[in-house]
Amino acid sequence: MPKIVLLWTDIVIWLMVVAGMVVIWHARRSPNLRKNWAYVGQEPSAMAALIVMACFVAIGLLDSVHFRRLLPDAPTTTTQTSARIASYATKTESLLDVIMSRQIQMREKSYSLPLAYQGFLKESQEVNGKTERIFPRLEHGGRHLTDPQVQWQQDVISRAAKGVVAGALFAFLVTLLVAAALAQKQGQNIAKTWEAIATNQTTIPWRAMLITVFALCVIAGPILSLAGHYHVLGTDRTGNDILYQALKSVRTAFVIGSLTTIATLPFALVLGVAAGYFKGWVDDVIQYLYTTLSSIPSILLIAACVLMIQVFIDKNPQLFETGIERADLKLFFLCIILGVTGWASLCRLLRAETMKLRELDYVQAARAFGASPWRIMAKHIVPNVMHLVLITTVLSFSELVLYEAVLSYVGVGVDPSMNSFGGMINLARSEMGREPTVWWSFASAFVFMVTLVLSANLLADAVRDAFDPRARKFRKSFIKPQPVAA
Amino acid sequence: MGAYLVRRVLYGVLVLLGVNLFTFFLFFTVNTPDDMARLNIGGKRVSQDQIQKWKAERGYDKPLYFNEKEQGSAKFTETIFWERSVSLFALKFGRADGEAGGDISHEIKTRMVASFLLALPTLILTVLVTVSFALLLTFFRNTVVDFWGVVLCVAMLSISALFYIIVGQFFFSKLMKLFPISGFSTGIDLLKFLVLPVILSMLARLGGDARLNRAMFLEEISRDYVRTARAKGLSEITVLFKHVLKNALIPIITNIGAYLPYVFMGSLVFESFFGIPGLGSYVIDAIGGQDFAIVRTMVFIGSVLYITSYILIDILYTVVDPRVRLA
Repeated sequence: MPKIVLLWTDIVIWLMVVAGMVVIWHARRSPNLRKNWAYVGQEPSAMAALIVMACFVAIGLLDSVHFRRLLPDAPTTTTQTSARIASYATKTESLLDVIMSRQIQMREKSYSLPLAYQGFLKESQEVNGKTERIFPRLEHGGRHLTDPQVQWQQDVISRAAKGVVAGALFAFLVTLLVAAALAQKQGQNIAKTWEAIATNQTTIPWRAMLITVFALCVIAGPILSLAGHYHVLGTDRTGNDILYQALKSVRTAFVIGSLTTIATLPFALVLGVAAGYFKGWVDDVIQYLYTTLSSIPSILLIAACVLMIQVFIDKNPQLFETGIERADLKLFFLCIILGVTGWASLCRLLRAETMKLRELDYVQAARAFGASPWRIMAKHIVPNVMHLVLITTVLSFSELVLYEAVLSYVGVGVDPSMNSFGGMINLARSEMGREPTVWWSFASAFVFMVTLVLSANLLADAVRDAFDPRARKFRKSFIKPQPVAA
Repeated sequence: MGAYLVRRVLYGVLVLLGVNLFTFFLFFTVNTPDDMARLNIGGKRVSQDQIQKWKAERGYDKPLYFNEKEQGSAKFTETIFWERSVSLFALKFGRADGEAGGDISHEIKTRMVASFLLALPTLILTVLVTVSFALLLTFFRNTVVDFWGVVLCVAMLSISALFYIIVGQFFFSKLMKLFPISGFSTGIDLLKFLVLPVILSMLARLGGDARLNRAMFLEEISRDYVRTARAKGLSEITVLFKHVLKNALIPIITNIGAYLPYVFMGSLVFESFFGIPGLGSYVIDAIGGQDFAIVRTMVFIGSVLYITSYILIDILYTVVDPRVRLA
């Protein structure tokens, strides 16, 4: 039995999953929330983005189950099992590592182009007794080819085509299943449901969602069918697979984006509501606090804090069993720092909103009945500012993912041993200046990051439109132009 | 207005005091000067002598807040807190922590100019382009142009600034050889070094800012005074420029305000990518070399600039909107 390793960020991620379930359950019961979420559900771009995000979340979650393998040669001669000390591998792996173990094993010596069968740089090798400068064959990529110059193109095309067909078939199957399920639910025949989907007549934009599924399958299919024999996105300087790195970076991005917001919430919520409710000196103190904090340029403040954490970690190396635990704790602290330094804007918003709410009749009534301030805040004010919290949270997610790249560049980001988009871009900077250019690592980081951030943005926009009454009014007029002087 | 300004400035000083206390606590109490010395000298085995020498050279061997060995006021002045925190208010920044250890004040003075030369054109260009793009989208509202314009904005704001820089340098400098990849110079030569960073920095902000401005304009355009203006028979262009733009200036100025400190502080990423010797690249170098004295000083300067620019913006509000009265 492998030893399960619970990293700090893992704990938080799984707690967030549980919290997410609770939120969904709560939203289903409240008619008001349900209406707002239904509004999100009717937005085609948001639902398409949701599907993409779901894929990223799945990758991130797979990468959040960590364990250390039991070493096979553990001493088993002792009869007393209680005294036996099981020894575990020093390397902590995640489920994603297990799934992609082939990509980890397929380590080359250095750079190689996407789908290449030979190295990117010439090497001196002995050919027929003479030393020549040639492109060396890769150790793993395209090794099954006996005569690559002839077979390579054919092999890649046929494998890719198989992947596309398999992906398309899978997507078609999903579509059929969705149509069947919808038909079952509405008691219609399947042909009619099919037509409704095709002409976009459904309340939930199934057509946009299924097109997204189709696109994803058609992209993922060839990648899956090629990944066993080639490096689909090439390899980096030390010969590691780029696809693997990119997928590993997804978790880092998610942790930064979500954990940070979780870290801001307690400060922003408690202080913001308290300042708005109590006014007077409490308000003055809290205002002073967040003015002070926000007047320090954020990147400098973060850099200062991260440098301090760095000193702390260097001073106490005994606290961490493996390198990955150390890297993880650094990431955890980075999120906490980002959270602690970033609560000012949300706090300001909540304070203003609370000031408005506290004068409303129902709050006055609660006060007249003798409810304690804490009870009023918890029962009457916090639930009514939650939409602001939600909007700020989803909007800041993509900003934080982008911010991570900058922080890594400045040198106060995640640990260099941890895969992240920032780290990939950082390396790519020198690679793009090489002659010939090593572009694939940069391009992969670009594609993955833009997909992630773009879908997060689209989703966030829909959530904002649904929950912010002001934005909703605005958007309606944009989508359906009112007939002038009708 | 005078009384208001005095109050604001005093509050700013109070905030600055808080910033200073906070950074001092962070840099000297969370980790002791010994830890800093060990990190700065590097290596696992650092002798106590080396640490003592390092600290003495930089004046970190004094007590933190209160020096009992001294007499009179020197009890307070001969401390790290006085030398490294209080004296910042007198703009005495002392020496850097690094081995070369130049004078921070001198570095800041020379580098500020370079930052300013990059950031001011960037600010002007960004404001001009984002506002005009947003006005264009507003003019074509509810049409295909607007729709795809917004799509473009969302796509652009989903791309990290680093991508703009790397791709921009790759295409314009490496492939087309239009501009030098990086560097800095004086006189007319400077222009060719600045064109690319200014344009890329504008592009990196275009998506987000244009979308924000468009939202502001659209909110204004549904107001009654706009309908009145149209009813008077004014052309759409006049309505947009004379009425909508003027009334949407407040949020635009607020947006500029958030950017103003960086006009002097420089953009960290752009300066270091383009090799511009400004304050931004100074900070990056300091972080890379773990030079805490520079980071502390820059935190102080950054806060001063932030507070000043917010006071400036408050004054600007009264200029663009006579309804705003400072009291």
